[in-house]
Amino acid sequence: MKPLPVHPARAVLAASALVLLGSVRLFAVGEAATTAVPDARKAEFAASLPTEQAVLTAAPHVPPPITRDHAARVVVNLEVREVVKQLADGVDYTFWTFGGEVPGLFIRVRQGDLIEFHLSNHPTSKLPHNIDLHAVTGPGGGATSSFTAPGHSSVFSFQALNPGLYVYHCATAPVPIHVASGMYGLILVEPHGGLPPVDREFYVMQGEFYTTGNYGEAGLQTFDMPKALDERPNYVVFNGGVGSLVGDKAITAEVGETVRLFVGNGGPNLISSFHVIGEIFDRVLHEAGTLVNENVQTTLVPAGGATMVDFRVEVPGTYILVDHSLFRAFNKGALGMLKVSGEPDAIVYSGKEVDEVYLGGQSAAGSETVRREEALRAEREDVIAANPRITEIDTEIQMERGKRIYFASCFACHGQDGEGIPGVFPPVADSDYLMADKDRAIRVILKGLTGPITVNGKPYNSAMPPQDLTDQQVADVLTFVMNSFGNRGEDVTPAEVKAVRTAN
Amino acid sequence: MSPLRLLHAGLLVTLFASGAWGERSGMVEVPAGEFAPLLRSRDEPETVPVPSFWMDVHPVTNAQYLAFVQTHPLWARSQVRRLFADELYLAHWTGDFELGPGAPPDAPVVLVSWFAARAYAESRDARLPTIAEWERAAAVGIDTDDARTDPAVAAVLARWFSRPNAGPLPDVERGAANRLGLHDLFGLVWEWVEDFNTALVTGESRADTGLERNLFCGAGSVGARDNTDYPAFMRAGFRSSLRAAYAVPNLGFRCVVSP
Ligand code: HEC
Ligand SMILES: [Cu+2]
Repeated sequence: MKPLPVHPARAVLAASALVLLGSVRLFAVGEAATTAVPDARKAEFAASLPTEQAVLTAAPHVPPPITRDHAARVVVNLEVREVVKQLADGVDYTFWTFGGEVPGLFIRVRQGDLIEFHLSNHPTSKLPHNIDLHAVTGPGGGATSSFTAPGHSSVFSFQALNPGLYVYHCATAPVPIHVASGMYGLILVEPHGGLPPVDREFYVMQGEFYTTGNYGEAGLQTFDMPKALDERPNYVVFNGGVGSLVGDKAITAEVGETVRLFVGNGGPNLISSFHVIGEIFDRVLHEAGTLVNENVQTTLVPAGGATMVDFRVEVPGTYILVDHSLFRAFNKGALGMLKVSGEPDAIVYSGKEVDEVYLGGQSAAGSETVRREEALRAEREDVIAANPRITEIDTEIQMERGKRIYFASCFACHGQDGEGIPGVFPPVADSDYLMADKDRAIRVILKGLTGPITVNGKPYNSAMPPQDLTDQQVADVLTFVMNSFGNRGEDVTPAEVKAVRTAN
Repeated sequence: MSPLRLLHAGLLVTLFASGAWGERSGMVEVPAGEFAPLLRSRDEPETVPVPSFWMDVHPVTNAQYLAFVQTHPLWARSQVRRLFADELYLAHWTGDFELGPGAPPDAPVVLVSWFAARAYAESRDARLPTIAEWERAAAVGIDTDDARTDPAVAAVLARWFSRPNAGPLPDVERGAANRLGLHDLFGLVWEWVEDFNTALVTGESRADTGLERNLFCGAGSVGARDNTDYPAFMRAGFRSSLRAAYAVPNLGFRCVVSP
């Protein structure tokens, strides 16, 4: 980018200050606006290109791949807004944002494109802001040219010379506070010819937050300067908040698909050890450059850096995204989910997979797969168990745990598809008996069941032994059973189990 | 009730506008002191002496500014020249001479340009403070004499930043005064200063060239006075984002006079 001309400084400005500030621009009083001297070469280049409006997306979504095979003039409109949003359940925070979102909206362009960047600062903003895109070649990455007071906008342009995935962030003094308030996002510069095609692409960006209240303390939180200086965040999160990638906000894929994650780290302080529990990255574009690494378990994402990972998902289930600096995942929120569902006939395949796990628990030797499954299971269980807030809010995790309990404690009698054995073990699949009375179902698990009963019109007269499970486990397994095998019911909570247990 | 208060009630508008007041009404004296610039070059002294001056107790209010516009209609919203105030000038008022619900009379006036603020000050035979004067006044805390380490100041600022603007600004003098008797230096609005455009921080505060080195290199060398004085950085950053014709929603002003 051609540097903007330096405007004449006022006489009051000491020469020493100019030395101090190097290329910093100062503005003459009364000047209407700072504009670059029109450059004929650039104007001609811009005029030679077709113009398009950039599609910007909020995480975890990514704009569609670029299909054109030539450069374009891409107009990007990004608005800075200071907004209150949820940082965790019941916890609010005033985020300074690019596009009203943390992380900021995802920008996708092609190598060689001329990007015309319009940065607007909403009138209600308390502060001036700007943008430094690491994809820019030129002093400050656009920061000086985009420096914008509240209620104003700036335009600058740059050519995307190098392909890659780049962080952008606000670079207004004091920079760390702007970044700690959520002012970062990603811009992808696709190489000529595009990236190798995949089935799904997602946008995940880590960042940490420093609040006066401890983790989970409800209400509107205030930025905590001493904690930020000490680099001791209360929150380390993906996509701007605890739980923004779990439950029904999890990212999803189907068995057999290839998934690409565009992973960024806004920081401002911490480096991320990015890992997906239960997956191995087939390919990692190391630091989002051109160096390809294969078969990677955990990859580093520097603060102010990014990485691109792809992998094929082979097995249905829930895969947990973590910063493998595990206290962050366990206690500070750095946890997300990728839910992989099977093809219509994959229930059988899924069942077989879990069957192996079950056997693995029993066999001392265990195959390679079984050992790995077991290790992953344990790891995932730890993550889930240690994060009660997520546990509470997420039925999906309860379903996962319930499923494991079912296949450990119930399936020997009730079968892997819940059908039971005619005349001996009644079905839990599509069971009228099960669904009719939640407290009775809880009692069956806690106390066992003997004597004649009728399930789906068929008589049974046998015995089910009491199950030695905790309140949580009973809640989990019943939540699973009552929402699987054709049943559709409510969740069961540990409190409900406890009530039945103490009632008699 | 002080004359200023009466003015807010709109009773003394004409009296005020005619400049009949003594120049120190509604002002307090800020004794001579020092200003420690946030950034300075190797050869500059650490502190600059600031002679004593008188400063408005609170930022100029909508009512005060309305009185000015009524007697100086060239500064009315529809009359002002774009060169002197951009399109946002007084955009929250209902009309040229009407405040309306977005601009309570006792709330600080905002969305005024540097030119407009200066014209107002001139009409009162006053002027805008310099950065040195403003920072000198704001260096005095609410509970202690040092605003930089005063927890009361830190709390006011943190609260201000952690809550976005919702609706019209609150009235002036709602919060505690600092130990000089000045209200609203923190946590209500930013304020214009005479020499805003020499603020030594730009958007690119980690500037690509000399600044970063100067900011962060070893002891005894040039650099920031205090890298943890974030409020000072924010004020400097804010000032450097401005142009003289800008009207900004969170930016008001107050006047000073020299004795
Ligand atoms: C040892 C075999 C066995 C195991 C293990 C077992 N059950 Fe049962 N279950 C039975 C039998 C037998 C009955 C029917 C009892 C009767 O006839 O009175 C039954 C009945 C039930 C019923 C009520 C009838 C229906 O089908 O809706 C439910 C619900 C149920 N079991 C759930 C579970 C769950 C959940 C687990 C695991 C935590 C489990 N059972 C473990 C044998 C078993
Ligand atoms: Cu910013």
